[in-house]
Amino acid sequence: MTYPMSRQRRLDPPDELFDDPAPVRPLTFADGHVGWLVRGHAAGRAVLSDPRFSTEPDLQHPLVASRHLPKGRVPPGFFLRMDAPDHTRYRRLLTGHFTVRRMNQLQPRIEEIAATCLDDMERAGPPADLVRDFALPIPSLVICELLGVPYEDRENFQNESARLLRLDSSPGEMESAVDDLVKYFYTLIARKRVEPANDLLTGLIGGGELEDDEIAGMGFLLLVAGHETTANMLALGTFALLEHPEQLALVRDDPAVIDNAVEELLRYLSIIHVGPTRTAVEDVVIEGTTIRAGECVALSIPAANRDPSRFADPCALDVRQPAGSHLSFGHGIHQCLGQQLARIEMRVAYPALLRRFPSLRLAVPAEEVPMRADMSIYGVHSLRVTW
Amino acid sequence: MRVTVDTGVCVGAGMCALTVPAVFDQSEEEGLVVVLRSEVPAGLEQAVRRALTLCPSGALAAV
Ligand code: HEM
Ligand code: HEM
Ligand code: SF4
Repeated sequence: MTYPMSRQRRLDPPDELFDDPAPVRPLTFADGHVGWLVRGHAAGRAVLSDPRFSTEPDLQHPLVASRHLPKGRVPPGFFLRMDAPDHTRYRRLLTGHFTVRRMNQLQPRIEEIAATCLDDMERAGPPADLVRDFALPIPSLVICELLGVPYEDRENFQNESARLLRLDSSPGEMESAVDDLVKYFYTLIARKRVEPANDLLTGLIGGGELEDDEIAGMGFLLLVAGHETTANMLALGTFALLEHPEQLALVRDDPAVIDNAVEELLRYLSIIHVGPTRTAVEDVVIEGTTIRAGECVALSIPAANRDPSRFADPCALDVRQPAGSHLSFGHGIHQCLGQQLARIEMRVAYPALLRRFPSLRLAVPAEEVPMRADMSIYGVHSLRVTW
Repeated sequence: MRVTVDTGVCVGAGMCALTVPAVFDQSEEEGLVVVLRSEVPAGLEQAVRRALTLCPSGALAAV
């Protein structure tokens, strides 16, 4: 089989992922390489936490034909695609900025940003596009303030990052998007040297341990990872809640459910729906299957998150079902650095939206909501709502 | 129950501090795990076991 991409229902992963219960099964990659699909929860954790699997881009095989950045084109500092110890060095410079405590301190500012978006929506009156007016601005503003990227520049980087995340972008288009984003950060770094501010980029420059190209690669990773992901969770999560009114009412009316509701939405929606991939650097046995050195494995986070041996009612959206062990943020050394920020953004934003507009509903039929099946991060392209 | 941590492998994901803030914290500078009480108070054993399975890096252990 090839990597299953066609969905039968908008909020459920492709049925094909579930027609064979084996946790690991053979998979043909887009370049003809025969590797493995890992779809079980335990098997997924095992792969992601095993140092015998590498994340180096030049060792991976593409799941989608067009998406293959030419060799050696990953920017320095882009630690999402590095193995230890290079990865360790970069990640350690950032972990202190993303602790549970630091992120909790941002809560009042995130509440303020959400309230401003809601005020603007209320003033403009219905209908609104929830992506443009709420889901995208909140995480974009937050990550811009944290990094020290001027929010006025958002048109530039939002276009580049969309090009990067489109599954049908050609290698050339991806390469130029990477170049443009890195170039943008060079300019910004030069400006920060002259006008230092109280932000993460200034901190990395002042630390003196990094070259400018490394800071650019890190900044660009944080900027893209920081706004696209949470934005899609906010919009797709709202769509899912509108399709499950009894769950929506719980999130709106019962403050006690929000923490678990966020975990359950992360599990149920699994917005990282293509990969990640890892390649074995020596032979490894995963749940009885031998993966030979050089073979590539593709995880399915949506399948792992609906593994019936892990979750009691995997296909239901139930904000009261314990969902904390989902793999939506990955596992192992690359587990999402920004997850505590994403959690706070979601814990603030969903209830704020639903309480401001208790009669929120779709302004178009659900079948007409444009889904992001063409993007490496799933979600909705737009969400027309009224109240 | 006693907990031990290995800050050499911790990746600062914060699952421990999120799950059992009475036992785990993260250092201000590096964001790595800090144990507030290595002797786990009665009633928190189950939460600590949960944190052990959630930790992505295998930095936590309990005896
Ligand atoms: C910030 C800039 C990013 C760049 C330049 C980038 C680059 C790439 C490239 C080139 C591929 C295709 C690999 C191939 O098929 O050969 C890819 C795939 C992928 N990326 Fe990204 N990516 C970025 C951000 C992210 C982020 C933030 C995440 C996770 C939150 C992510 C998760 C994935 C996943 C899951 C895949 C699919 C499977 C894989 O090859 O691992 N990417 N990315
Ligand atoms: C709900 C929102 C989010 C989801 C679902 C998500 C998901 C993920 C996943 C699955 C990975 C691991 C990819 C792999 O193993 O190949 C990852 C890594 C990462 N994420 Fe997120 N992410 C989210 C939000 C954020 C935010 C807000 C930030 C901003 C700071 C962020 C920054 C990163 C970084 C820097 C990495 C790379 C970590 C490493 O390689 O050590 N993410 N994310
Ligand atoms: S959960 Fe594990 S990796 Fe994350 S901070 Fe705690 S000990 Fe470190």
